Amino acid sequence: MANGDIVVKDVSIKFNLNQEKIDSLKEYFIKKLKGQISYKEFWALKHVSFSIKSGDRLGILGLNGSGKSTMLKCIAGVLKPSTGYVHREGLLMPMIELGAGFDMQYTGRENVFLYGSVLGFKRDFMKAHYREIVDFAELNDFMDVPLKNYSSGMRSRLGFAIATVVKPDILILDEVLSVGDAKFRKKSENKMMELIEDGTTVLFVSHSLQQVQKICNKALILDHGEMIAFGDIETVSAKYEEIIG
Amino acid sequence: MIYSVKNFIDHKFLLRELVLKGIKLKYRRSYLGILWSLLEPILMTIVLTIIFGTLFGNNNKQYPFYILSGRLLFSYFSSATNMGLRSIRANASMIKKVYVPKYLYVLSNVIYTYMIFIISMVVLLGLAAILRIPPTWYLLLVWVPLVLLFLTAFGVSMILATVGVFFRDMEYLWGIIMTLIMYASAIFYYPEKILASKHGWILKYNPLYQIIDLFRDCLLGRPMDSFALIYSVSFAIGSIVIGCLLFVKKQDKFILYI
Repeated sequence: MANGDIVVKDVSIKFNLNQEKIDSLKEYFIKKLKGQISYKEFWALKHVSFSIKSGDRLGILGLNGSGKSTMLKCIAGVLKPSTGYVHREGLLMPMIELGAGFDMQYTGRENVFLYGSVLGFKRDFMKAHYREIVDFAELNDFMDVPLKNYSSGMRSRLGFAIATVVKPDILILDEVLSVGDAKFRKKSENKMMELIEDGTTVLFVSHSLQQVQKICNKALILDHGEMIAFGDIETVSAKYEEIIG
Repeated sequence: MIYSVKNFIDHKFLLRELVLKGIKLKYRRSYLGILWSLLEPILMTIVLTIIFGTLFGNNNKQYPFYILSGRLLFSYFSSATNMGLRSIRANASMIKKVYVPKYLYVLSNVIYTYMIFIISMVVLLGLAAILRIPPTWYLLLVWVPLVLLFLTAFGVSMILATVGVFFRDMEYLWGIIMTLIMYASAIFYYPEKILASKHGWILKYNPLYQIIDLFRDCLLGRPMDSFALIYSVSFAIGSIVIGCLLFVKKQDKFILYI
């Protein structure tokens, strides 16, 4: 397998939907004793299999609750499949909820190093790229200010700058990136396009068919956890249009 | 096993960052900063010495030293486990986004509180000098209870972190348990009378009491009690084994509950 390849084989994910959410010990024991703990099984994904090669841009289409985000989380390795497996090779960069995961008490500078290390970059590497990140995020004057004093736009800008400091092999995009103001959005879109043209594998979740058509060369459709179509963007988007009417 | 070791080495730098973060943020924006770690035990010892020294009519010159040694160990255990209990929930936004070995969040808490604890030991040294408590050869063994304390705190934290994800009540329950443990750890009283009574088991099977006892043995120049040693070693190992097994078994489910 080359860097950027992804193989998803027979992946199913089961959630136990408690009839009511049991959050306290007392409740748990009382319900357990009464034999009232009943689970409703819910399959968020059912036997999904597909594989894409390095450089492919896969759009994941589907209605709300069809399992799109679950699929992404599963590929990102955050969620473990109940059956089947996901194989992927190379550095993966999740661009989901940019700016979430920062420490609010920490300054911008400290967050760069902390967030970097969570993503798997060593301190020396981050030091070498520190200027680049700050310049891209245009936050030069704010790096010693605690994150809690940042605006949400500033947070996402910092998040975006850190996540794109290196060219990842696999990029995960949940919904469209609308980072910061119009000027920065343009800049971030250019950066994204640069990465995409560089041969990064992209997984893109969106409700907007136009955006998917713009970026992706392949697509799949999920419906209630089942994959009902997978293939070239033209074929799949024709089918998707048919479904949504 | 080999996989876990490699996994750990791969993420060593993340652990370092997390430990650093804990220490840096602990006293950020406070004027006295790290001095609080020294002041808190000093003030506590003065108050406890005055109250219980008078109450028990205790004239033992070493009494403040006795209190402080127990108090320091207890407050480490208390803060480490309390942080450990919350560590998964506290880092939920990261866990939902990027895959990172989740035990690192627990381990980093136990380590950084330990570092602050070691710094606060300075107070104990100072007090020993003031009270002229002579060092003995037994002092060389002081690392034994200190290591046991760390291991027990880690093991218990792993158990609590796992349980804490599924049941929020654990935070309140553990607060109560820690208070009970405090009273049963002979921090500000001498344990002889209780040990001799039919309630002696309360102290005897309290791992924290045994570790504090070992610690005092080393400081005051007494050979370590063999039951205390065996019991606390087994408790430390036992809690780590149970904690890790439980954590590994349940960690894939964390994301569904945080």
